[in-house]
Amino acid sequence: MTPAADDIPLIPRGVRLHHDTVRGQWVLLAPERAVALDPVGHAVLLEIDGARRFAEIAARLAETYGAPLEQVSADAGAFIGGLMDRRILEIA
Amino acid sequence: MMDGVGTLDWRAEGLRLGIPAPIAMLAELTHRCPLSCPYCSNPEELARKGEELGTDDWVRVFGEAAELGVLQLHLSGGEPASRRDLVDLVRAARDVGLYTNLITSGIGLSERRLAELDAAGLDHIQLSLQGTDAEMADRIGGYSGGFKRKMQVAKWISDIGFPLTLNTVLHRQNLHQLPRAIEMALEMGARRIEVAIVQFHGWALQNRAAMMPTRAQAAEASRVVADARVALKGRLVLDYVPADYHSDYPKRCMGGWGTTGLNVAPDGVVLPCHAAQTIPSLTFDTVRDRGLAEIWYRGTAFNAYRGDDWMQEPCRSCERKTKDFGGCRCQAMALAGDPAATDPICIKSPLHAELQARTEAFANDGEAQLTHRGQPVA
Repeated sequence: MTPAADDIPLIPRGVRLHHDTVRGQWVLLAPERAVALDPVGHAVLLEIDGARRFAEIAARLAETYGAPLEQVSADAGAFIGGLMDRRILEIA
Repeated sequence: MMDGVGTLDWRAEGLRLGIPAPIAMLAELTHRCPLSCPYCSNPEELARKGEELGTDDWVRVFGEAAELGVLQLHLSGGEPASRRDLVDLVRAARDVGLYTNLITSGIGLSERRLAELDAAGLDHIQLSLQGTDAEMADRIGGYSGGFKRKMQVAKWISDIGFPLTLNTVLHRQNLHQLPRAIEMALEMGARRIEVAIVQFHGWALQNRAAMMPTRAQAAEASRVVADARVALKGRLVLDYVPADYHSDYPKRCMGGWGTTGLNVAPDGVVLPCHAAQTIPSLTFDTVRDRGLAEIWYRGTAFNAYRGDDWMQEPCRSCERKTKDFGGCRCQAMALAGDPAATDPICIKSPLHAELQARTEAFANDGEAQLTHRGQPVA
C-alpha cells in the first residue's frame, strides 16, 4: 500500500512518538510494537499532522533536505505505506 | 561523604557485558481471575492475594523499568481488572512514559472503569477470546455468562475508541472457530488479532490430551491465517503462533533468553519468562530486595541461558542457534528433563520422534476431559 497524493496520513490513537533516552533514538510506540526510527523516518513522522496531504508532506521534505521530489515521494510513500500495512499509520 | 562508591551506571554495565536493555515488561498484577481457562500460563502454584505487590511497589517498579529501557508495559495476570488500583497503576506507568497495554478477559471492566482507564492514558487493550459463541467460550473459560459480558465490554472499548487486539487461544476443541474469530475481530474494529495455537506450559501441560490439535487442524489454521493475511492486508494484522508440537523447529525462546523482555510475578519475583519457575535449578530475585536493573544485568536466572555457552549438541554447532536459541528452555525442562537440552520440538532432538508419536496419541484421545485451572488460596 502507498498513499496517494491527496491522501492525508494520520498517526492514529494508540500510536505515539517517543524519545528513547536509554538507546538514544526515536521510536514509534504502537500496539505490541516499538518501531525504531532513523532520522529520515523521524522527519517523515514529524510532518504527519492529520491535516497535510501526502503531496504536501513530500514537497516539504524535499525542500527541507534539498532532495529530488520524485525520490522523496517514493521513499516517504514506501515508509508510510509499510506502516499502513501494519495498521500503525492510517489515512484520515 | 567520600566512600569511593558511586551509583553504578547500569546502561554502561549492559554495554560492557553485551547485554541489551529489555524492551518489554509483563507485569502479572495478580493471579486472581474470574475465568479458569485450562491453558492458563500461570504457574500451578498461584500467588495469594496477600502476597501481591502493593500499589507503591508497582509504581516504583514501573519507574525502574522505564529507566532500564523498557518501552512496552503489558498489564496482565490473572485478570488485571481484579486489581482495585488498576487505574492508578496505568496512570503511574504513563507518567514515566511507558506504553500501556491491558491484557484482559474483559470481566471486571465496567463502562465507567473503562472511561477512567481512558482518562488515565491507557494506550491499548488486548481482549481475550475463549470461543466465538457463548457455549464454547463459557465452557472453556469456566465462567457462565462470561461471553455475553465480554461482548458488552468489546462494545464499550469500541465506543471509547481504544485500539484493540483480539487475542484468541485455539486448540482441538475450538480450532474450527478460527474463521469466525477473524470476522469478529473485524466486526469489533480491532486492528490486530493474535491467533495462538495453545502452547503447553502452566496448566496446559496437564491438558495436552484434551487440547492437542490434530496435524490436519494445525495445517488448516496455518492456511486460514496465510489467506487472511493476504485478503485483509492493511485492515487487520494477524500475529500467529503455530502449533509447535506439530512443527519441525522450535519457537524462539522469548526472542532470546534475557535479551528482550522480563516478567514480574504478582509477588514481585522477576522472571525471564512466565514459565521459568518450572526450572528447579534456577533461583530468582524479587523487586522487594533488589532494583530491576541489577536483577536484569546481574541476576543468575537471567544470565543462565544468555549467549550460547550453556548449549549442548546438537544446538552448539547448529546454524539455527542464533535464530531459535535451541528453542524453549522451559519446554526442554518439561519434555527432556534438562533445561539446557535441545527443545524436543526440534527434528534434531533425539527425543523428537518419540514426542511426535505422543503428539499423535494426544491428538487422537477422544476420552480426555478438560482440567480447569484452580484459583489462588485465599
